[in-house]
Amino acid sequence: MSLRAPLGEVLGRGSAKAGVHHWWLQRLTSVALVPLAIGFVVSLLALPALDYATLIGWMRQGGTALGLVLFVLVAARHSHLGVRVVIEDYVHPAGLRTLALVISDFSHLIAAAAAVYAVLKVALGGRL
Amino acid sequence: MPERPLSPHLSVYKFKYTLATSILNRLAGLILSLGFFLFVYWLVALAAGARAYAQARALLSLGLFKVVYAVLIAAFVYHLAAGVRHLIWDTGRGLDRVSAQRSAWIVAGVSVVVSLILIYALLRPGAYAR
Repeated sequence: MSLRAPLGEVLGRGSAKAGVHHWWLQRLTSVALVPLAIGFVVSLLALPALDYATLIGWMRQGGTALGLVLFVLVAARHSHLGVRVVIEDYVHPAGLRTLALVISDFSHLIAAAAAVYAVLKVALGGRL
Repeated sequence: MPERPLSPHLSVYKFKYTLATSILNRLAGLILSLGFFLFVYWLVALAAGARAYAQARALLSLGLFKVVYAVLIAAFVYHLAAGVRHLIWDTGRGLDRVSAQRSAWIVAGVSVVVSLILIYALLRPGAYAR
């Protein structure tokens, strides 16, 4: 018995490499989020208050703005990848699943863009 | 499309707490995804100016949101701890039954303690009153 499947058997069944890419990106964003998320929480804990002036001053520091941009971009991608897996696992009707995936794709992209725009706008003194 | 082999259905597994750590991690991740959108709303309100931020803050300071933040903090700490456990597994370490059971308890203990500390620090009465 041959262990190697005939070509006809494997066509359409092989790896498209997209799964590995998804898996790897999920790990890569996880590793990046460990320091980014902890840094964000520590930075938040160090704030004396959450009023407008304090927060604007905090976000105008270069380190905060850069950290926040990295955090929201990586968090958005990580969330995007995670939500995709959950939808694929639990939403079975094909049409509904596609709709849910598209909504997730768009909302993550919009959220990431809005967050980066907001951080940059504050960091650059409202000149955006 | 040809039929592909499928993973065994969930119901073939006997329920154990190690299984709970896995599904809880997924649930925590999903909660954090929702929290991310709330966080973006907060950032956008902040960028929109002092008046917009004051309105958003009035909404986000409602008592109901204390529960939301407590859940988000617990989900954050658990997802972080369980995520680090997964990253260690990805190196091929700690996958045997005894190690997995021990790390499940470590993740649970760390999550409870750190969550309570953070909930106290961020949500205690009078915190961030200004």
